[in-house]
Order: sequence, then structure tokens, then C-alpha cells
Amino acid sequence: MEFLTDILLLSDSAIRIAAPLILAALAGLCAERAGIVDIGLEGKMLAAAFAAASAAAITGSPWAGLLSGILVSVMLALLHGYVSINQRGNQIVSGMAINIMVAGLAPTLANAWFSRGGQTPLLDSEARFNEITLPLADLLQDVPLVGAVYSNLLSGHSFLTYLAFLMVPVVGWILYRTRFGLRLRAVGENPEAVDTAGISVTLLRYQAMIIAGILCGMSGSALSTALGAGFIRDMSAGKGFLALAAMIFGKWKPVPTLLACLLFAFVDALQGRLQGVSLPLIGEIPVQFTIMLPYVLTVVILAGFVGKMEAPKASGIPYEKDR
Amino acid sequence: MSAVPAKLPTVLESLLMPFLNILVALFVSGLVVWGLGEDPFFALGLLIEGAFGYEEAIGYTFYYATNFIFTGLAVSVAFHAGHFNIGGEGQAMLGGLGLTLAVFWLGDTAPLLSVFVAVAGAALFGAGWAFVPAWLQARRGSHIVITTIMFNFIASALLAYLLVGPLQRPGGQMPESSDFPDGAGLMQFHEVLAYFGVSFEQSPLNLSFLIALLAALAVWFLLSRTRFGYEMRVAGKNASAAAFAGVSVPRVTIIALMMSGALAGMMGLNELLGEQLRLIGNFTLGYGFVGIAVAFMGRNHPLGIVLAAILFGVLYQGGAELAFEMPTVTRDLIVVIQGLVILFAGAMPHLLRRPVAALYGRFAGRGAA
Repeated sequence: MEFLTDILLLSDSAIRIAAPLILAALAGLCAERAGIVDIGLEGKMLAAAFAAASAAAITGSPWAGLLSGILVSVMLALLHGYVSINQRGNQIVSGMAINIMVAGLAPTLANAWFSRGGQTPLLDSEARFNEITLPLADLLQDVPLVGAVYSNLLSGHSFLTYLAFLMVPVVGWILYRTRFGLRLRAVGENPEAVDTAGISVTLLRYQAMIIAGILCGMSGSALSTALGAGFIRDMSAGKGFLALAAMIFGKWKPVPTLLACLLFAFVDALQGRLQGVSLPLIGEIPVQFTIMLPYVLTVVILAGFVGKMEAPKASGIPYEKDR
Repeated sequence: MSAVPAKLPTVLESLLMPFLNILVALFVSGLVVWGLGEDPFFALGLLIEGAFGYEEAIGYTFYYATNFIFTGLAVSVAFHAGHFNIGGEGQAMLGGLGLTLAVFWLGDTAPLLSVFVAVAGAALFGAGWAFVPAWLQARRGSHIVITTIMFNFIASALLAYLLVGPLQRPGGQMPESSDFPDGAGLMQFHEVLAYFGVSFEQSPLNLSFLIALLAALAVWFLLSRTRFGYEMRVAGKNASAAAFAGVSVPRVTIIALMMSGALAGMMGLNELLGEQLRLIGNFTLGYGFVGIAVAFMGRNHPLGIVLAAILFGVLYQGGAELAFEMPTVTRDLIVVIQGLVILFAGAMPHLLRRPVAALYGRFAGRGAA
């Protein structure tokens, strides 16, 4: 029984931790499906986290925070789009430049605006996305199994967490059930064909970057206004890269990507849980080793123990119309 | 936007264009400084004064440049083979560990020998840390960018563990090792110059700078004068053509990435064996990432990389002085400037190509007429 409770608690925190990962991974998916590699997810997340925390701290409204987070993230996405689409620059270099720029700019601005050593003020409960109790959750609390799963596991997460899970079918629907989605996928596989059909490759790729920016903005806002209560230096801690790995593991498809994110989140929850716990046979694992777990898992997964991974064919290649 | 304009003369191409891109990056940085409520021109003055104003400053500038030569060469060697090694940070950390182990192993009995072993240790451990991502890339097609980034996180945690565990200074509280044994270190320049009777203010600039220049020379030789360098470049340009011509692309990939790791690993020589004389946690401070900018700004040519590294040395040392003089400017701002330089000089090398080409065309046309 205690084991089951443990699993339940771990799954609960995994769902919480997964939200920003899912949103960022979907952002990467939309960009890469349109042929743009977005290694700058990390920077966009961090920028959005900072913008959301700042706006929420000043206005006292998490919605203002979310909006600012999305706005800033979309602007960075457009910058990456400009470099990748118009300038035909190296997309990896551009993404890393954005990551590094934001890692410096966010604490600089935080210092200038709030003078708290590169952080934003701690957000009050009203300025954050708080836990939502789903309907009937209290009533079903004592029903065996259903109560445990519905009331404890599914209920009691923030708006952004539910939004993240909702975005999976939404992105799936856009990509596979709309004309726009078909064109977006085509532009990532064979831009020449899209161009020949008289559809603008440039416009499509910019649209994909805007979608990626919106999703990444939600992801960053979740970090600072739902999971945390304010912006802390380097708070994205490699999550943007983990999200990219999850997207690759999920073979550039929404639902498998969701599952990959949940796996990463579960391992992350597990590593938090293992800290300071003495395990049978092994004893206590030093905290530095438990911290490594998600990163090691990523490498193991990318080592290709899950079959061949086929990226969109035109991903990372700038399109030249008059070639 | 149509095709990029036709070729420009080499001087314009490899000197003027990067210079203009840096100016744009500095201009945007100036806007940020201005936004923070400080005078950007005054800041620029402080930066240049801080980088070149006095002997100690010059020493520091070249000291930082040494790090960037190593990490820039590392990125560049991998890039010539068609790969992105973003793991410079982790490889440098492991290189630092390698040289530390070598120094503690031999330092007490044979300090001079230990320095040579330390140089080899730094390169070996750096190469070793690059091997796993390299092998995974070559044999399993795992995305090298992501695996090397993951290896950065793993290296950082590993170093953190060692420095509060087995390698921590006995009785110490900080995450750092004991001091290296006496004599196990690289001579600093002012000591060398004093030996010849020249006085130069004390600075951490040390013999690693010469090692870095030698490394640049070796990379140039490798790339343009050896068979393997040629195979590397062919594999980097077109893997299937290389394979068709009988080049073992996986083998070339693994060796190139390990050489890249070795170069990144040697960064520790400058920081640890030249200045700190002990192993400290996270001594790499993002130098590995800056290597990307250095490599691209130097157009992936060893000479260009040395020049670009010196420019980044100026930014670093001048920036540190700037942060010291201006209260609203912190070290974080230097990171912003780095990011902007990477963006403009690395990712948008053709930003100002059109106007420059137009101007050049006008002047060249007039000259002919």
C-alpha cells in the first residue's frame, strides 16, 4: 500500500513537472515540423519565465504574466525566424545565441528593476496560477481507486498544467486535420514542392515560429507563475534541451512526445524523491548523482534504443527560392 | 530576399564583414546599457581602458583569450567534420579533472614531469568525455548537440560530487581541491619576462597562451596539410560523397570529435595549471559556449579564431572592469554582449552583405571607368 501511495505521489508531481516540458516540446515540434531547428527553446522559456514573473509581480495578475511571457517568447521566436528564414543563418548558432543572451539579460533586467540579486519578488498567491480542484473531487475523495486517481492525481493542478495537456490534441489536430497543418508539415519535408504549389515557404515558417513562440511562452510562464513563485536565475535548468530530446524520442509526433515528457518528468520527480533516501543494498545515493538521472536517461534514450529516429527532411536547412 | 550577392574581395569578406557585425552587436549592447540608464559611450571607454589601459589589463585580456582559443578551436575542428560540439563546457571540466589527477599523482616527486603529464591528462580526459557522444553520433545517429549538452550537465554534477567528496581539500568547506604541489604549474608571463630582465606587471597570463598558439598551428596543419584533415573536411561537406570515395565517415567523426574534446579539455591548463593551482567547481564559466562564437567569427580558420579569441578576451577583461566601475552593469551584461556577438557575427554573417556589396560595386565600377 505504501508503495502505491508513493507511486501516486510521484505521478502527481510528475504531472506538475511535465507541464512546461510538454509545452516546450510541442513548440519545438511545430518549429521543426516546419523545417526550423529550435535549440533556443531554453532561452525562450527563461525569457518568458522572467517576463511572466515580472508582469505578475507588478500587476498582481497571473494572466498579465502569461500574456507578457507569450509576447516576449513570440518576439524571440520571430528573431530566430528572421535569422533562419531571411538571413539563412546557422540555426544552431542562432538558438545558442538566444539562449546565452537571455541567460544574461533576464538577471540584468531583474537587477535593474527589482534590485534583488537577479531575481523577481516572490509572488503572492493571487499573482500565481493556483491549484484548481476539479468538480466533484471532494465528493469522490473517499471512493476507492477512483478517489485516489481522480481527486488526488488529476485534480489539484494549475490552469497551465491542464492547458499543457490540452495543447497536445490541439497541436495534433492542427498538424494532421487542417490544411494549414498539412502545408506546415510539407514545408518541413519538401519546401520546393510547397513553393511550386504557389504557397509561401517564408510565411508558413514564420507562422510555425509564432505558434512555437506562444507555446514556449506558456511553458516559461508555467515555470515562474505556476510551479514556482517568481523568477530565479537559470531556472529553466536545461528543460528546453530536455524538451527537444523528448520531441526526438517522440519522433516529432504529439502524443509520443507527450509520453516522452511524462517519462522525463517522472524521472525528475523520482530524483527529487531519492535525495537523502537510503536505498536497500546501495545505501544513500549522493545528491549529485540523482541530479544526473534525467540527463543520463536522455543520453540513453537518444542512444537509439528505441529504433531509428527520422527528422523532418528539410529540418535545419534554409530554403533558397532561386536555387 | 534573393540570392546573396556575388563574392567580395577576401579583405572585405574576412575582415570588414566580421568587424561590421561586431559593431552592430556593440550598438545593440549600447542600447541595453542606455536602457539601464548609463552612458553607453562612457561604458565603451571604460571597457577599452579596462582591456588595454595598463600592463596588468593586457595580461588579463590575453589570459582570457587563451581560454577562447582552446574552445574556439574545439568547436571549429568538430565543425569542419560536419558536427556541432556544444559539449566544450563538460569536456573542459573533465580536462581539468584529468590534469588535477596527473598533478596529484606525480607533483610531489617530479613537478616538471607532472606538468607534461598534466597537459596530456587534460587532453586525454577531454577527448574521453567527447568519445561517448561521438560514438553515439557516429554509430547510432544520436543528435550530437543534445547528447553533448547532456554531458555538460553530467560533468558539472560529477565535478560537484568529487569536489565535496573524494577530491575536497581536507577540512575545507568550499567545493575545491587541495592546492597543487609546489612547482606543479605553468609559469606566468611576468615570471618568464623577469627571467630575461624585462619587468611586466603581474597578471595570470601564462605559458598556456603559447600552448594555445601551438594548438592553433597544429589545427591549421591538420586541416590543410594532412590526409586526415582532408578526409575530415570532405566528410563534413558531404558525408555520402566521402563514404563513396572510401572514407570511413564514422571513424573520421569519432576521431574529429575526440580531437575537439581534447582541445576543449586543454582549456583547464590555462585556468587551473596557470592561475588557480587547484581544481575548483564550474571553473569553465561558459567559455565552452563562447567557443561557438569564436569559431564562427574566426570563420573557422585557426588564425581567425586566434584573432576572434583576442576580441573576446577584450570583451571579458574590459567587461569585468566595466562591471566594477558601473554599479548597474553586472557581469550578466557581459553575457548579454556575448550572446549578441554570437547572434550577429555567428548566426547572421550576411546581415550587412548587401549594402557593403552595393558600395563596393559602386567604388569598383568607378575605379574601372
